[in-house]
Order: sequence, then C-alpha cells, then structure tokens
Amino acid sequence: MLKFTPEHEWLKIEGDVATVGITTHAAGQLGDLVFVELPEEGATFKKDAGAATVESVKAASDVYCPLDGEVVEINQAIVDDPSLVNSDPEGAAWFFKLKLANPADADALLDEAAYKELIA
Amino acid sequence: MDDQSRLKRTPLYDFHLSLGARMVPFAGYDMPVQYPAGVLREHLHTRAAAGLFDVSHMGQVELVAASGNYEDAAKALETLCPVDILGLKDRRQRYGFFTDENGGILDDLMISRLDERLLVVVNAGCKDADIAHLRAKLPAGVQVLVHDDRALLALQGPKAEAVLATLNSDVASMKFMDVRELSLGDIPALVSRTGYSGEDGFEISVPADRATDLAKTLLDQPDCQPIGLGARDSLRLEAGLCLYGNDIGTTTSPVEASIEWGIQKVRRTGGAREGGFPGAQRILGELESGVSRRRVGLKPEGKAPVRPPARLFADAQGKTEIGHVSSGGFGPSAEGPIAMGYVPTEMAEPGTQVFAEVRSKFLALTVTALPFITPTYKR
Repeated sequence: MLKFTPEHEWLKIEGDVATVGITTHAAGQLGDLVFVELPEEGATFKKDAGAATVESVKAASDVYCPLDGEVVEINQAIVDDPSLVNSDPEGAAWFFKLKLANPADADALLDEAAYKELIA
Repeated sequence: MDDQSRLKRTPLYDFHLSLGARMVPFAGYDMPVQYPAGVLREHLHTRAAAGLFDVSHMGQVELVAASGNYEDAAKALETLCPVDILGLKDRRQRYGFFTDENGGILDDLMISRLDERLLVVVNAGCKDADIAHLRAKLPAGVQVLVHDDRALLALQGPKAEAVLATLNSDVASMKFMDVRELSLGDIPALVSRTGYSGEDGFEISVPADRATDLAKTLLDQPDCQPIGLGARDSLRLEAGLCLYGNDIGTTTSPVEASIEWGIQKVRRTGGAREGGFPGAQRILGELESGVSRRRVGLKPEGKAPVRPPARLFADAQGKTEIGHVSSGGFGPSAEGPIAMGYVPTEMAEPGTQVFAEVRSKFLALTVTALPFITPTYKR
C-alpha cells in the first residue's frame, strides 16, 4: 500500500512496517541535497515529529515521522551519497523503515491520487 | 497587495522566466535563485567555465562635483568612507564601505573612477538608505545621480575573458579592478574586471533596454550558462567575501570584520588624510590596538553544514559561548561544509577548534584561513 503525507513524505506499507522517504516533488523543491541526517535505529517518534534532516546547498529542512512508530532500519546509502535522494527519491533513496504503533492510522493519510491533486 | 506583487523586477525578469528560473524574493526584488541546472551545477560551471549573473538589483550611483573636478567628488566621498578615493587612478576600481558614527558598517560598495566622475555600486538591500545618506551628507556641490535606467550583469569564471572577448577583444588587456567604456557588439557598456565569486571575471553595466540582448548574446556561447543567487552565495562564501547583513553590518566594525585591508595607509593614523570619516576614532583605535573579536573562516569537521546564526562555543558541552556563525553552508568546490563567523581574537588563529550548536548538538569546527578556494584574479 502506498500512502503520502501533505508534508511530502511517501510510505510503502507492508504489514506493520512502513518504508518512508520523500517524494519526487519534495526532492525537486529542495534542490541538490548535500547532507542527510537520519534517526538512530530503535528511536521512537510520534506522528509529525522531526525524524530526519536534509540539507541542500541553500537550506536545511526537516523530514517528519508520518505516523507513530519505531525506526527499525535506516538507509545508510543516502547518508553516504545525499545526491541519491535527488536521483531516485521514491526508490533507492528511502530514508527509514518504521514499525507502526497503530497500522490502521495509515488509512487517514493521502493516497496517490489525492497527493497528486495536492501538488498539482 | 500581497508580497509577491510588491516585489521589484530587473530588466531581465522576463528573460529569467524564459530560461526556467525559480524566482524568489531577495532585497525587495523578484530574483532567480537557480535555473534548471541547479545550484550545485551552476556553482561548478562558474568555477570551470563562465557564469552569467543578473545583479541589476544592486544600485548604480554616479557622483559628480559641480566644479567638474574629480578631486572635489573624491574628497566629498572620503568623508563617508575610510578609503583612499582621491588616490584612485583613472579607470580603476576599489572596494570600500560606508561607516557610521559608531564605527559600524552601513554598506559595502565598489568605487570606480571614470575621468572626473565617481561611480559607485551598492547593495540592493541598502541602496535607498545609501542614496539618502549620500544626498544628506555630501556637500551641495556634489550631484548624486541614480542610474535606475541601467542593468548590471556579472560574467564570472576562467572562460569569462574568452566569452566577453568575442564581443570586444579589448577586454583581454584589462587587469583586475580596471574599468573601461567599451562597445560590446553595438551595446555601449561600462565594463570592470571584477566580481564576487573569487574567479576572474567582469561586471558589465548597460542601458536597461539592452540588457536582454547582451545576456542572450553571451549565453549563445556554449561556455556561458545563467547562474542564480543560490550559486552566487556559495561562490562568494568559498571566496571568503562578506555578505552585507550577515557577515557585516552596523554592529560590526571593519577591523572586526577583517576587511581593514580596504582602509589604505593614507586614511590611517599618520597618513596624509588620516581619519575624517564617520567612526574614525573607534576604527583608527582598533587598527592601533586591535579588537576583541574577528571574522574568521570555519571548517566544520563533519559533513553537516553549519548555517547562520548558529552559536559558537569554546567547548563541546556548550558551556562557554564565544560568538556566532555569520555565513555558512556547503561549498561545492571546497567539497564540504564551510562557514565564516566571529570568534574572540585570541581564538582567531588558524587551527583553533571551536564548536557550533546545530539541532541541539555541538559540532566541531576548525578556524581556517580565508578564502576556501584560490582566487584567480588577473592581477
């Protein structure tokens, strides 16, 4: 199941684990990324808490935790090469995997059609 | 009226849109922050070839004495700037700054002499105040003419000379800080060999209605690409150059800002025209006895950019605050984060370690000599 937030995160939900990244639209708006800071594995976040930071040449931006949960895996590849977020934001450049506290909460997020309408 | 519609536009506004620029508000103008290539590529292109910047938002002001003599205009401007303006040779330019009574900096500027005239380029955000300052403080015999009818382009990079020479080969004989009136094709231009990127290059003042023609002609050459304000900022940061409002302002003196090299001997204590500018007592005193803080280069030891106004500390626990970051970000040519900031003079020695507070962490930085790149000015 693919879901989106109005803050431009995407979630690919498999069982009670969501793989989280930022959308192609967000990556385009941010411009060339030069730094990514990811949370620690095992960290827990509430929905909408700042969980990661991305920095372009010009500015720093927060990436929010889209739902309540625990970070169970992070993607070191984007820390080593932040430009991956620009080249493949909705594929190889996922940020972290989140074990959802309440998987049913995902129903309240945007589906792909609603997200596309939001950024249109 | 919303903020967007209140923004001013340069003569190149439509041209920027046609190139696919992303526009942002800057100093009251709607300006291109980047083009489709993006900040990183634009920055690296400027260091490798030639980048074209629209800097028409900056103020172009001409000073002419009623007597018609350069000396009268120069002496008048020297009452507002701690700079040797009288000694400026014809068709030469020099960096300077307006100071206030407290020794702070009202703006930094480029000053050119052209025959008996003085031409001054000031920052966009300060230009209304600068013009009012000039009109209020200069004697009635010095006319202040504001050239709103002109555009200003900057062409920067190792291939800038080759690109511009296709329009007039005379530019090849110009040296750093030379100024000349030249025809570029059929466009009458005032060209100075200067810029704010750390690269060799030119600033080109042309009539507003010819700016797009010139920009198109220059961009027709494969080595020349349009560059936005994003890369302009990262280029000047790598070059260790001050951004007014960040690195310098009314709360910083020229000596604290490490730009006292802009104050020539003739205006210093013991010089032929010692003092006589606003804040002279403080600034001359600081030149003699030193200052308690200085602007320095800072190299973050990790990969995280450290941006203004991050607080600086002497220790990794954030106990002793010592200063702040005034400019900072990522340097594409420096291949990592870079910054400038103010530290106590006793900690201004290259190699000194300091710590910046970023997202509640204390990141280590090393005080570093400026600039971060080797400038390629044609001396």
